[in-house]
Amino acid sequence: MNATFYTRREWIALAVLAALILIVFPATMDVFRLNLVGKYLTYAFVAAGLVLCWGHGGILSLGQGIFFGLGGYCMAMFLKLEASSPENTAIQSTPGIPDFMDWNQVTELPFWWIPFKSFPFTLAAVVLVPVIFAYIIGAAMFKRRVGGVYFAIITQAIAAILTILIIGQQGYTGGVNGITDLRTLLGWDIRTDSAKFILYFVNAALLIVVLLLGQAVRVSKFGRLLIAMRDKEDRVRFSGYSVADFKIFIFCLAAAFSAIGGAMFTLQVGFMSPSFVGIVPSIEMVIFAAVGGRLSLFGAVYGALIVNWAKTSFSESFPELWLFAMGGLFIAVVMAFPNGLAGLFRSHVEPLLAKLTRKSPSPPAPDATPAEAVKLAAE
Amino acid sequence: MQQANPASTPRDFLLSVEGLTVSFDGFKAVNDLSFYVDENEIRVIIGPNGAGKTTVLDLICGRTTATEGSIRFRDKELTRMREHEIVHAGVGRKFQNPSIYEDLTVFENLELSFPRGRGVFGALAFKRDKQVIDRVEEIAEMIFLRDQLKTEAAILSHGQKQWLEIGMLLIQSPELLMLDEPVAGMSVSERVKTAELLHQIIKDHSVIVIEHDMKFVQDIAHRVTVMHQGKVLSEGSMDHVQHDPKVIEVYLGH
Repeated sequence: MNATFYTRREWIALAVLAALILIVFPATMDVFRLNLVGKYLTYAFVAAGLVLCWGHGGILSLGQGIFFGLGGYCMAMFLKLEASSPENTAIQSTPGIPDFMDWNQVTELPFWWIPFKSFPFTLAAVVLVPVIFAYIIGAAMFKRRVGGVYFAIITQAIAAILTILIIGQQGYTGGVNGITDLRTLLGWDIRTDSAKFILYFVNAALLIVVLLLGQAVRVSKFGRLLIAMRDKEDRVRFSGYSVADFKIFIFCLAAAFSAIGGAMFTLQVGFMSPSFVGIVPSIEMVIFAAVGGRLSLFGAVYGALIVNWAKTSFSESFPELWLFAMGGLFIAVVMAFPNGLAGLFRSHVEPLLAKLTRKSPSPPAPDATPAEAVKLAAE
Repeated sequence: MQQANPASTPRDFLLSVEGLTVSFDGFKAVNDLSFYVDENEIRVIIGPNGAGKTTVLDLICGRTTATEGSIRFRDKELTRMREHEIVHAGVGRKFQNPSIYEDLTVFENLELSFPRGRGVFGALAFKRDKQVIDRVEEIAEMIFLRDQLKTEAAILSHGQKQWLEIGMLLIQSPELLMLDEPVAGMSVSERVKTAELLHQIIKDHSVIVIEHDMKFVQDIAHRVTVMHQGKVLSEGSMDHVQHDPKVIEVYLGH
């Protein structure tokens, strides 16, 4: 299937996206704006996971903030420990532990914080902690055939519980403020403009890797099975597949994507707090995927960028109206254009482009859907 | 069936259903049911609505769990196996309403049923090689869809969808196929073609069919099992059951 990893039009779409985030944005924006775009792009990781899990597999998770948050917190714990060297924290009653622990009369680093002194451990934990958590949720739900709305509600409940837990355990988690005042990564100051610039590119490159990984799943038989499970779960089961295993895998993969986004969020924004874990951010992440087009990995990126850009500019002028606008947007997408921007692009813009290119001397690419193209190549 | 002695030679049959009971909140949809299917046999199950015919198929393929009794397929006890394991053992099941993947093409529908790469990582590594393509084309030929391989399944006619689902079973190479009303909603010519297909299928498969269309039953059945209120009312050749007074009373008579 390697020959048809992307169709020609998808290669063009990837090139356009890569040019936009790797060249156009860095060339036209100051570091402040670029950092903001970098933050938006961390949500694209989550949205890309949702495209696979929800768009293709039909598993609606309203709790992706859980995994975004866990990934982000793992990274924040490492950075916080590095920022809490005994010299930096000499004025505390217990020097060498994070400041919020000292404020909460914690006098010793909790045992589960200790491994986060190691950077390799942290990198592994960023992905593995959310994935293991997703595995536990997935195994518990999917093996029992919990799906649809019930699954969505349960993930939402878990997101709420995790937020409450983080806020309640202030001495160990930083509570409602989160883990703040992060300074250096292995001695490299992440607060400087040059660091923000570099982190933007690291984030953008990782996003492209994630998109390629997602595409690899999409074009494999696994990808077609996801669609099959969404359509007729029983037929898949009675064709000899353990549906639960497939659902668990894709849910874990979506969690891993979200977690990478969360860790990059912490690095670029410089803190992590429960406000990125709970119900509202989790639903917003679904909206990014829905607006972009829940069947399009590239759409997920545009959805995350556009909705967040709108949120930033809109909520500057009408902060109290933003949530209503967001709700309205979600309803509009579901009712009026269920395939999001990617669907609108395919139905309206592409025919126009095709008309324009037909006038030019070079003939356009054969008008084949990805599925057809795969088949053509196979024959 | 009365003459069969299950205790002495249970292995002679491909499928032995014995004392099968399932109770839904006290209502016994299937009640102490026993029947045996031979290799390369077409067995048709008939019976009035609510007789428990579909439930029997659900029990065999693991969709419903039996309250009591046993279902032996070769030397495997199916009542303790999960659905996909039953498929791997060699039992394929077609649902009453055509159950296909509407968003995928005919080719993809058949390919997903090809018995390879059924694990998570197997599916990720699955390659569409010549073996797969040849097999898909061979099956498509059998089910009269050779020219529709690239068609999205959603736009097939009802009869073609039924054939496609039968094809999806065939490509699994099961030893036993279970078809729930395969000709329901089909035109006369489609019925004839389906009967032809079934005659071809039984050359190397055993088949259990649930069907209401008596003409079709007469055309294909080796043996007929008549069910009524979760039990076997009569069993034997079509001729035999048609003249059984019990059957006439509850089913054919009115």
